[in-house]
Amino acid sequence: MAAGSITSKFTLNNIGEWVQQQAKSFIPPLLALILLLGAWQVICSGKKPPLPPPTKVWEETQPYIWYPFFDRDYFDVDAKEKIDSPARKELKEKVTIEQGLGVKTIISVRRVAIGYTAAAIVGISLGIAIGTNAFLYRAFDPIFQVLRTIPPLAWLPIALAAFSGMNESLQTIGLNVNEAAGLFVIFVTSIWPILMNTAVGVQQVPQDYRNVARVLRLGKLDYFITILMPSAAPYIFTGLRIAVGLSWLAIVAAEMLTAGGGIGFFIWDSYNSGKQSELILALLYIGLVGLLLDKLVYYISKFAVQSDS
Amino acid sequence: MQTLDLTDNDQKKNQDPFLVINGVSKVYPTARGPYTVLENVNLTVYEGEFICVIGHSGCGKSTLLNMVAGFNRPTAGEICLKSKPILRPGPDRMVVFQNYSLLPWMSAFENVYLAVKQVYTDKSKEEKTKIAKDSLALVGLTEAMNKRPKELSGGMRQRVSIARALSIRPEVLILDEPFGALDVMTREELQEELLSIWRANKVTALMITHDIDEALFLADRIVLMSNGPAAHIAEVVDIPFARPRDRKAISDDPRYYSLRNYILEFLYSRFALADEAE
Repeated sequence: MAAGSITSKFTLNNIGEWVQQQAKSFIPPLLALILLLGAWQVICSGKKPPLPPPTKVWEETQPYIWYPFFDRDYFDVDAKEKIDSPARKELKEKVTIEQGLGVKTIISVRRVAIGYTAAAIVGISLGIAIGTNAFLYRAFDPIFQVLRTIPPLAWLPIALAAFSGMNESLQTIGLNVNEAAGLFVIFVTSIWPILMNTAVGVQQVPQDYRNVARVLRLGKLDYFITILMPSAAPYIFTGLRIAVGLSWLAIVAAEMLTAGGGIGFFIWDSYNSGKQSELILALLYIGLVGLLLDKLVYYISKFAVQSDS
Repeated sequence: MQTLDLTDNDQKKNQDPFLVINGVSKVYPTARGPYTVLENVNLTVYEGEFICVIGHSGCGKSTLLNMVAGFNRPTAGEICLKSKPILRPGPDRMVVFQNYSLLPWMSAFENVYLAVKQVYTDKSKEEKTKIAKDSLALVGLTEAMNKRPKELSGGMRQRVSIARALSIRPEVLILDEPFGALDVMTREELQEELLSIWRANKVTALMITHDIDEALFLADRIVLMSNGPAAHIAEVVDIPFARPRDRKAISDDPRYYSLRNYILEFLYSRFALADEAE
């Protein structure tokens, strides 16, 4: 019995310790958040505040907060003959908005996913090509150095101009000009960090690993799979992580200009109709999704990369 | 000291030359004109011999071994293995690198298996797996074979590297200061393991070291290099201790200290580095 009581006491202590440790990591950010919200509330609670205070944002965005995935145009899957089920009919009457912010965010994330995936495929392939071939590197590096400094949105007009000439062929793959231009902006924004980092990673394969390959006389394909790619992987993932952040920056800006739905367009729309509370909530969404995308790539890289140290 | 003409291991000299380094020079072009690292190096190694190369830093030891490995080509002269000139690296001259050179994204087993797979192309997967496992068992790493290099200590990593080198039964084993980064205890342990593996496999070994005691314990002959630039082989010292060697017995042998002093005198008096002579 004595032993039992000692053990339970020990466990209790452990729980206390665990709570204390957790508290260390979440109490400071909580305090900072309260401080910032408080300051915001104080600054914006005059008679004619420049922006709504947090309490007003909360009040005015209730449907957006509680129904992130509501979509008025969405076809009810359970319904027969395109008549909404009673539950959905009720919901449609209750909720005043057209589309929740979650739905809008998904539209934007989907665009990023397409443009970013294309950039990753092309960027990694080109990066390997110019990283392994000194002539190609000397030929293309100066050009890429210039292209990569062009701000994302500067590509938008030229993309619109180029794609408007290809309208018909774009429609055959289900894209309109604006959509295609938006995707191109994502692509062209995120390709440079991927391409440059891949090229450097491929060039930086340590001499030790090359020597192992030479002594064992590894074939070209074997060298590529067993040495070059794993060795360059940390660099490639660095590029991928920078690129995902950039493409999220670019899509929001591109959507504001091309008016094709998505969270970026919603911000612009809210601004034009003077709905500042909705605008602020949308910013929060953008920030959180940007963080999630970054963490997603980070965890994939942690899983995929085996580093030396 | 010129009387150190010890001929205990004479039997080796009756064999045909195995590895022949003949009039080898290495010149690197630099911005300030050509720089001669090695000049007219000659050495004949017999099958199954253990050769240690000693010299100060910058004397071109690594350059010489890199040329035997095939990473570099001599500017003049040639290196032949079994009368065939060495033109490029190959698994018949496997290298154990100072920094282990294991691939960090592969387990110990996979590192060894990569070498086995490259060399025994006609063997089945089961046979190759067995060879890799046996090689790891030889260096006492059966337990740790699924660990990645970063989970292994320095000594264990070098064991994996040795297992990888021996798994493919090279004709020449080239070791570039393999134990330089290890602590004394691990180093002595690995020296003994290396020696027993070397005896069991009858492999010809060529090893760079800075450690005179290590060289005396391992080598049949110690090659002393003069200082660079234009370094050459200043002297080759025969090591007479009978095999299998016992560290204790060797250090009790009176010849041990005369040999040790002879080499020390060579390094720090006759070929002392300029800054050390002050």
